[in-house]
Amino acid sequence: MSAEEAAPPPDIAPAEPSTFRKAMGQKRFVVGLTITVLLVLFVVIGPHLAPFGETEVAGPPFSKDGVLGTDYLGQDVLSRLMYGGTSILLIAVFGTLVGMVLGILVGVVAAYAGGWWDEIIMRGNDVVLSFPQILLALVVLTAVEQPTAWILVLLVGISHAPRVARLARGVALGIVTRDFVIAAEALGEKRTRVMLAEVLPNMSAPLLAEGGLRLTYSIGLVGALGFLGFSTDPGAANWGQMIQENRLALSTQPWAVLAPCW
Amino acid sequence: MATMEQEPTQGKVGGLVVEDLGVMITGKDIDIVNDIDLVLKPGEVVGLVGESGSGKTTVGTSLLNYSRAGAHISSGKVLLEDRDVLHLPWQQVRQIRGEEIAYVPQDPASALNPSIRIGKQIVELLALRGIGTDASRLQGARDGLAEVGLPNDDEFLSRYAHQLSGGQVQRVALAMAFLPKPKVLVLDEPTTGLDVTTQAMVLDTMAQLCRTHGVSALYVTHDLAVVANIADRVAVMYAGQIVELGPKEQMFREPAHPYTRALLDSIPHLSQARALTGIPGRTPAPGARPSGCRFHDRCSFAVDACAQAVPELHQIAPAHDVRCIRAEEIGHWDISRGTVPDSDPDKAREVILSVDGLDVFYGRKHVVHNVTFDLAKAEVVALVGESGSGKTTISRSIGGLHKDWTGAITFEGEPLAHSARQRSAVHRKRLQYIFQNPYLSLNPRLTIEQIVKRPMELFGLASGKEATDRVVELLDQVALGPRMLKYQANRLSGGERQRVAIARALAAEPDVLICDEITSALDVSVQGSIVALLEGLRKERGISMLFVTHNLALVRSIAARVEILQAGRVVEAGSVVTVMETPQEDYTRNLLSKSPRID
Repeated sequence: MSAEEAAPPPDIAPAEPSTFRKAMGQKRFVVGLTITVLLVLFVVIGPHLAPFGETEVAGPPFSKDGVLGTDYLGQDVLSRLMYGGTSILLIAVFGTLVGMVLGILVGVVAAYAGGWWDEIIMRGNDVVLSFPQILLALVVLTAVEQPTAWILVLLVGISHAPRVARLARGVALGIVTRDFVIAAEALGEKRTRVMLAEVLPNMSAPLLAEGGLRLTYSIGLVGALGFLGFSTDPGAANWGQMIQENRLALSTQPWAVLAPCW
Repeated sequence: MATMEQEPTQGKVGGLVVEDLGVMITGKDIDIVNDIDLVLKPGEVVGLVGESGSGKTTVGTSLLNYSRAGAHISSGKVLLEDRDVLHLPWQQVRQIRGEEIAYVPQDPASALNPSIRIGKQIVELLALRGIGTDASRLQGARDGLAEVGLPNDDEFLSRYAHQLSGGQVQRVALAMAFLPKPKVLVLDEPTTGLDVTTQAMVLDTMAQLCRTHGVSALYVTHDLAVVANIADRVAVMYAGQIVELGPKEQMFREPAHPYTRALLDSIPHLSQARALTGIPGRTPAPGARPSGCRFHDRCSFAVDACAQAVPELHQIAPAHDVRCIRAEEIGHWDISRGTVPDSDPDKAREVILSVDGLDVFYGRKHVVHNVTFDLAKAEVVALVGESGSGKTTISRSIGGLHKDWTGAITFEGEPLAHSARQRSAVHRKRLQYIFQNPYLSLNPRLTIEQIVKRPMELFGLASGKEATDRVVELLDQVALGPRMLKYQANRLSGGERQRVAIARALAAEPDVLICDEITSALDVSVQGSIVALLEGLRKERGISMLFVTHNLALVRSIAARVEILQAGRVVEAGSVVTVMETPQEDYTRNLLSKSPRID
């Protein structure tokens, strides 16, 4: 600090250390973060390090060649594994994002509006909720010939939204009646600002937990759709599809099935 | 040692003796309370008074050999008839709890199991221990309920806790505690949150039971006025230590510790208006307590020696101990110190806000009936009543937070719309509402700067750097330093939060402040400083205030006019002096006579 700045404003205490810094102090968080980062690294860098190409034939089908052997077409399982994560992870992440944003929007608006609006929105939500997640996806996917990535993202998102909405409404209900929200109302803040600046920031903890949970469901859902044959590109590597392709040889070449599961 | 006048040991010594009790935070060398010496004689009620963070509840539960998770009892003895409760095997401690030392919790509504009927719950302990037969236990429950003045027929016994009123629940808890005929009773703020008339009834019941059964009681509370009414002796705690201990009369006539005096100075009187004062600074948390005398950094009598060593509790008069090295030098104290003339009832009034024929509804329920009153410039009007009297409902209707009302609310001749959203920005700006609970009224995710700045931005009063300067100015006015600017609300104490809430209201440059029980969640010393702050604002800025409260003594010190409310109707109204000196209605007289007082 230079000499000109020797007279700082009268002691203003520094802001709180950021949430991330505080979280880094916790072992649990560090372990979780490490695992997540490793997985993401595997998926992102994997295709560049893979010993064989995505569709390259590395040996006879279901042989023990390579680290994890080969699959039903003789392609290297390890390489397929390294290639196959990207699409699943991307679709799952974006699907979760879409689902969270939609769900939070519906939930917070319902809780904040209250009364009849709340009833109408949430009963509508219940109707959507009553469709089984995977069924909804299958209905749409059978209707379109070749699903593109964004259709999958939307499907995953829409199937999550009503579940997120229920949680978001429950959390928001406890906040919209708090005095600081009423104080903002009394000042005449815009309704959107009350929701965004006063209500939403106080919901972050349960919503982040829900987001994490939804992400794992998304990965499972996208994998399941791949297993059922609804992936963006039938030839490309996809963890769900790999399980389907190689399940016949589960007893002789288990790795081709087990590796993507794991 | 504290009181040295134990009865000569004739067979068994009754009551309870606490020696050198200390409670520490587990795993750290930080004490929560230490050096507690106390004697509870049979049939005696000892009041343990302290503000939040003083460790009074910790001492209370320690008598049952219980400490909260994260704390442990590190030293001392609690002698019950020569048995040390702290060093008995746990099976025996369990036996003693409830049967010999009973505990009445602060909030019985949450202490009673909502799914067990009253009749069964009262005898739960006896049934668990297999004392007596079903018939004798039932008879005991009936007798106990009769003793606390409650019905004891089968219908009442089969009720659930939620079917009783707050006062009834508390008396059920008392009956429950007395049923096994304990020798010692620990009461942890049992009347906090009750109306004054209910409180008076519960206190009478309790005092009577203690005396007839020869039970010694430790009454833990933050309210000196309550203690003045029921206790035989009073112990004042500050930052984990007893700073003064003595007979009640002496404690209120001749308090010797500067802290006790400061506390008494911050309590309003029923008989006369006072200029209330607070205590500068805040109660230090465990681990942040200063060396030497723990009060020295806030004490107006402190000298260098005070910071050197922890003063011992020493006797200055029979049975009156003080933990202050200067207790004999600081002169006398007078209870009428700080009294000021009551506000002039004949002063000319220039009406700014008037309420005419206000009826308020919650759905189909009609809760406020035809209320009419007005508020003049630079005047404080108090709305007083017990819970359910509609005082908060009225203030919320005026503030535009509740819109289901009829009648007329006029602000400087212009009618106000029903809800804040329908009102003009000018009206919203000039009428500001301050909430009861400062723990709920500030958004925990925003910094103090953001919170106080918002009304200025919203009403276009200032923005950017200029607004920040104004925030600093406002914080200064409410006696908070600029240090707090970047703090989030959860780092502040209750009193500091309430000051921020006041600063937020002031940021809009209002003409009328609606204060809804704004001091009831705060300690008395903090209440004192908030009241002093509001009084200053009224005088300097000419702000009018609608002050909602249940505390009549506070009304005397702060308001010029008062509206007494009962069940949604104004039963008596007028200038504070007239209403409080010559009350016309039985309801007002009853409120006045039941209010705990120290004067």
